[in-house]
Amino acid sequence: MKALSLQGLSKTYKGGTTALSDVSLDVEQGAFFGLLGPNGAGKSTMIGIISSLVTMSSGSVEIFGFDLNRQPWEAKTRLGLVPQEFNFNGFETVEQIVLNQAGYYGIRRSEARTRAEKYLRQLGLWDKRGDASRTLSGGMKRRLMIARALVHEPPLLILDEPTAGVDIELRRSMWEFLREINERGTTIILTTHYLEEAETLCRRIAIIDEGRIIEHTSTQALLNRLKTHAFILDVKGPLQEATRIPGYAVQQLDEARLEVEVHEDQSLTDLFAALGSRGVSVMSMRNKSNRLEELFLRLLQDNGSTSDADERGQPEASAAENA
Amino acid sequence: MYWKQSLIALQTIAHKEANRYLRIWMQTLLPPAITMTLYFVIFGNLIGPRIGPMDGYTYMDFIVPGIIMIAVITNSYSNVVSSFFGAKFQKHIEELMVSPTPNIIILAGYISGGVGRGLLTGLIVTIVASFFTTLQIHNIAVLISVVFLTSVLFSLGGFVNAIFAKKFDDISIVPTFILTPLTYLGGVFYSISLLPDVWQGVSLLNPVLYMVNAFRYGFLGASDIDIRVAYGIIGLFIVVLGTLSLMLLKRGVGLRG
Repeated sequence: MKALSLQGLSKTYKGGTTALSDVSLDVEQGAFFGLLGPNGAGKSTMIGIISSLVTMSSGSVEIFGFDLNRQPWEAKTRLGLVPQEFNFNGFETVEQIVLNQAGYYGIRRSEARTRAEKYLRQLGLWDKRGDASRTLSGGMKRRLMIARALVHEPPLLILDEPTAGVDIELRRSMWEFLREINERGTTIILTTHYLEEAETLCRRIAIIDEGRIIEHTSTQALLNRLKTHAFILDVKGPLQEATRIPGYAVQQLDEARLEVEVHEDQSLTDLFAALGSRGVSVMSMRNKSNRLEELFLRLLQDNGSTSDADERGQPEASAAENA
Repeated sequence: MYWKQSLIALQTIAHKEANRYLRIWMQTLLPPAITMTLYFVIFGNLIGPRIGPMDGYTYMDFIVPGIIMIAVITNSYSNVVSSFFGAKFQKHIEELMVSPTPNIIILAGYISGGVGRGLLTGLIVTIVASFFTTLQIHNIAVLISVVFLTSVLFSLGGFVNAIFAKKFDDISIVPTFILTPLTYLGGVFYSISLLPDVWQGVSLLNPVLYMVNAFRYGFLGASDIDIRVAYGIIGLFIVVLGTLSLMLLKRGVGLRG
């Protein structure tokens, strides 16, 4: 069963800008699906069309087999949306926002109260239920949007950059929560700038650039295409002279750090042995960058838009690591 | 359509809207009570006796229906225009757009808010008026139906205004430059029979005149115009504005990218 099926989706805005160009995409029920792309690639337009916030120029959207235009009630009740920007009434209380949302989906008030308590508790907001939403912290507002999106218990949940601006602890707890609801059967589609997030959570990934899907495969298949891994080695310094190891591309970053590229055929044991024979002791090592990020940039490069991607500020994975 | 669920959605929007204008009663319910009290004191008590009877009624009795109608019209309009534009501005209108709530339910929900505030304000002003004069009621059915339909009409007007509005200035232009002149020139403070023929003809182009006079008929049994014409005009405007609102919602004007 397809949770989401997009066929020939196109969107050209009034000014003539084409945001989506003949996009077709299927997401299977139960998937944890990542939608990646640089800013301006068309992700938000795609999500906007699926959630009825943007009018499509052509194409069709089906949610669990129900056409969004012809069977809007059936399609929309199966979809929950966590948007990128806060979009609730700042003067209403946390509980009121969730209860109202349930009402819009035709859920009786008594049932809505039960569900509101359940999701507000799960997301750690029950104690704040009487507070005006504008008084919440950024992380709480994000969690409120998730509670609101879940109150009608949709089998498909779309999250548009749900952890943007969220501290690392909260981000991890949100990941855990999303994993749990996915394991309980909710199909999740996630857009994110944090490629570490996509690599950690998503089993399948689509990459969109310039309004087209340029890649759609399993996360593992995508990662398997990486032939070379770059590592940063912290060594017992100071290094006296430029370290050269035959077969490895080694670059000395400073007195105590080396950057080494290791091909998939090469072994780390050999590398450490070669360094040891030159009197270099490795104290610690880490990936130079998120692996998916490397691949992502290569794919965009192949698509002829690397400079655009850079300008549009894609590689934020390092920000996630530093957060 | 899923009627049962849609009815719950309608109740939700109506409840939310009522909560909004009751929560900010200092901005919504108190000001018209004070303003209209001043009208009664100044025009009814101080100036009215010098003006003398109008259409055979004391000036106070003559202006009471029109002043109640001003409160109903302005509050119905401003409730919907500010609430719906506020929802657009803060983007929480997206909650409804993403949901399966049908457009007619969204419209009905916001109109219920305008009608609720309009009628509540009208009731408050009526109570205030009762301190200044003994209110008589000629035809309760006309009174209730006219005030209700007028409130619906101007709530729809506020909705259309809010859909097209892009900034806060846009929601004050129509009330300031169109609605206020129309209400004040709509026979609230004078009978159009006092005007020269030409201006009587011009006054008949003002739709508010029909509502004020039909409402006055409900109170006093006197009207400058045939109240059947008034019902026809109010009904026509409701159909036109209602259809326009639904068309705009369906096309997503001002709402969807």
